[in-house]
Amino acid sequence: MIAESGHYALVLALALALIQSTVPLVGARLRDPALMNVARSAAVGQLLFVLMSFAALVMLHIISDFSVANVFENSHSLKPLIYKITGVWGNHEGSMLLWVSILALFGGLVALFGQNLPLSLRAHVLSVQAWIASAFYLFILITSNPFTRIANPPIEGRDLNPVLQDIGLAVHPPMLYLGYVGFSISFSFAVAALIEGRIDPAWARWVRPWTLLAWTFLTLGIAMGSYWAYYELGWGGWWFWDPVENASLMPWLAGTALLHSALVMEKRNALKVWTILLSILTFSLSLLGTFLVRSGVLTSVHAFATDPTRGVFILVILCLFIGGSLTLFAGRASALKQGGIFAPISREGALVLNNLLLTTACATVFIGTLYPLALEVLTGAKISVGAPFFNLTFAPLFVPLLIAVPFGPMLAWKRGDLLGAAQRLLAAAGAGLAAIALVWAWTRGGAVLAPLAIGLAVFVIGGAVTDLVERIGLFSVPLATAARRARGLPRSVWGSAFAHAGLGIALIGIVCETTWNTEHIGTMKAGDSVNVAGYELKLEGLTPRPGPNYRELAASFSVSLDGEPLSVMTPSKRTFTTRGMSTTEAALLRRGVSQLYISLGDTTPDDAIVVRIYHKPMVLLIWFGPVLMAFGGLLSLSDRRLRVGAPRPAKALRAMQAAE
Amino acid sequence: MTRKQRRLTMIGGALAVLAVAAALVLNALRDSIVFFSTPTMVAEKHVGPGTRFRLGGLVQPGSLVRGDDLAVRFQVADGGAKLPVAYKGLLPDLFREGQGVVAEGALDGSGVFRADTVLAKHDETYMPKDVADALKKQGHWKDDYGAKAGADAKPSGGAVASQGAAPSAEGATR
Repeated sequence: MIAESGHYALVLALALALIQSTVPLVGARLRDPALMNVARSAAVGQLLFVLMSFAALVMLHIISDFSVANVFENSHSLKPLIYKITGVWGNHEGSMLLWVSILALFGGLVALFGQNLPLSLRAHVLSVQAWIASAFYLFILITSNPFTRIANPPIEGRDLNPVLQDIGLAVHPPMLYLGYVGFSISFSFAVAALIEGRIDPAWARWVRPWTLLAWTFLTLGIAMGSYWAYYELGWGGWWFWDPVENASLMPWLAGTALLHSALVMEKRNALKVWTILLSILTFSLSLLGTFLVRSGVLTSVHAFATDPTRGVFILVILCLFIGGSLTLFAGRASALKQGGIFAPISREGALVLNNLLLTTACATVFIGTLYPLALEVLTGAKISVGAPFFNLTFAPLFVPLLIAVPFGPMLAWKRGDLLGAAQRLLAAAGAGLAAIALVWAWTRGGAVLAPLAIGLAVFVIGGAVTDLVERIGLFSVPLATAARRARGLPRSVWGSAFAHAGLGIALIGIVCETTWNTEHIGTMKAGDSVNVAGYELKLEGLTPRPGPNYRELAASFSVSLDGEPLSVMTPSKRTFTTRGMSTTEAALLRRGVSQLYISLGDTTPDDAIVVRIYHKPMVLLIWFGPVLMAFGGLLSLSDRRLRVGAPRPAKALRAMQAAE
Repeated sequence: MTRKQRRLTMIGGALAVLAVAAALVLNALRDSIVFFSTPTMVAEKHVGPGTRFRLGGLVQPGSLVRGDDLAVRFQVADGGAKLPVAYKGLLPDLFREGQGVVAEGALDGSGVFRADTVLAKHDETYMPKDVADALKKQGHWKDDYGAKAGADAKPSGGAVASQGAAPSAEGATR
């Protein structure tokens, strides 16, 4: 019964989406407020039905109803409750259902909080949103129905892939999807503006908070995924330039560019056409990511060719939306009026440079990800494009971007003073140079690039601090005045300072981890000890332990530094009986922001075990940086001026309607 | 500056960045891509020593020899030819004789493939896609592999909900 109600709710959501995608448009043509308002109730209704459908699937997983194929393939009655719930989106069908649920959530939010949007704009935005939703409801119902029953229900399920039986699965995909799918709002706004044929600054004021919200979640989602891969896979890597990772990085890069160009559009009414294009591209990259991950094209071009229904369906959706929106853009963009002019050296100019470098970096990732696929389809040659490619292309493009970051906020709008900005950044540059000298001296030569990169990171952080110090006049006015000014400073200024500093902090972590990472691989017996980066690790013993749906072999290491015992670390190796797979549970010991990392390999016939021990200096900064960026995003979002759905003062509202 | 000059500055800057990016990409594509071969293809094409490539095939049963200090030797076969492989380090969890494997490295002077990376997927039904494709092409495909690969395509394609799970699909030891 639950499965059928869930299925039925999804069909109803599709019906509502079809209404929502047509009726408001007709209403907008006829200037009929009643028809346009259909969009709101339809969006809210759609949200309710999708949530019901999603709740039904969660329920089926919780009660382990193995007569449903999706539950049978991905669940097991002995699985802990949390993984029964998270397992819902640990598979293709469920994760697509999560995708449309979040899409409906964003549509519902626009409907609920968009009271002060111009009526026709809201009708158009919700219609476009419903086109996307309809396409994906159809995709789920036709090719990936999560509610399909099995004729002869088996007694036990096949269990969830053990790698996914981790708290990471609870957090990472929902975060990532909130980001991915959140960009659909800016896409819908862009397409709505193109249909209406006009854009005003009010449009940018609306797009920016939504983009910021999506960007914040995407940042957290990517960082969370990276940390998950780091501790779960057991070989200490945190970024692999894997196509699936790149699929989430590309919308992030384009979204970051969009965030900055929307700023120019809001403040200076310039770069309109570019912002629209970027909104379209960002969501297109999200769709591309969905295609890459969901169509199976990455697992095998051949699997894609033999069972093409899903892949081709998403490919058609991809082509329709990207092609359609770009055609609309080509037709309408010239009609949009050009905005304010500015000198190349100005805040706008700096933001254009930011956009240029970010989109170019995004393009190199795009090429590196899709070139092997294209080559295989065209010539049949198999190649792999890995980290070396991205290190040679992505990194050089990010260096000028990072150098430019501190200059941006220092330049005035319209016409800036580069020399003046440089003078104000002297302290930050000094800090950067000092960092280079210190790191250089401390490591006595060694790697050349690492001290330079750390200097750059310190410069970026210093630039963010300088910006704040100057704005509140920290050293030029009495402390009390400075504190008052700090409180009065718009939260968006704090937000961008935190986000920029986060970039520098992440860079320090990346450089330290890749340059000064210590690794020890060897076989150890009980009683053996080994010295890694000054830490003495002694293997005390190996103990087998039972778990709910696995057996594990745990090793106990006592860690000491200079003879002082510190802690006990217990990495383990789990064997999941149902799938016959084993996973490595790494043990982590935090020392400041550095970590000791132990993972286990195979046991050898003579009762020894292969171990991998890493000391990873400053590694936590890699994820602390993005968390700081996301915090900056939230801070900026809480700015009164930008707050999502904040009631606008009556004056501004009138002004906005007058502008229509 | 006039509006036109400003625009030209912008366009010039954009083209300069794009040119640099294009140069970087072309350079990187020349130097850092790695081709995939099977032992038969290696024998046919006479791949020279020092050229990096990915070697795929089945681990020849009975060929695995463990040496001191994590050194291992094994043979990779594809039904047509065999190639000896030397590797030092931790083998992936699912490295087994008779199973598919992909190794990355280069041939040395004596015709031994020196691998610095051995890839394997965390799944008991694993058959690397490159290996499966190559075996099919050469007619050494057995039906039970097909059943395995078919079963594999579904959970792994579906299970990778996200990028965090992605690298898990292709664990590697370095």
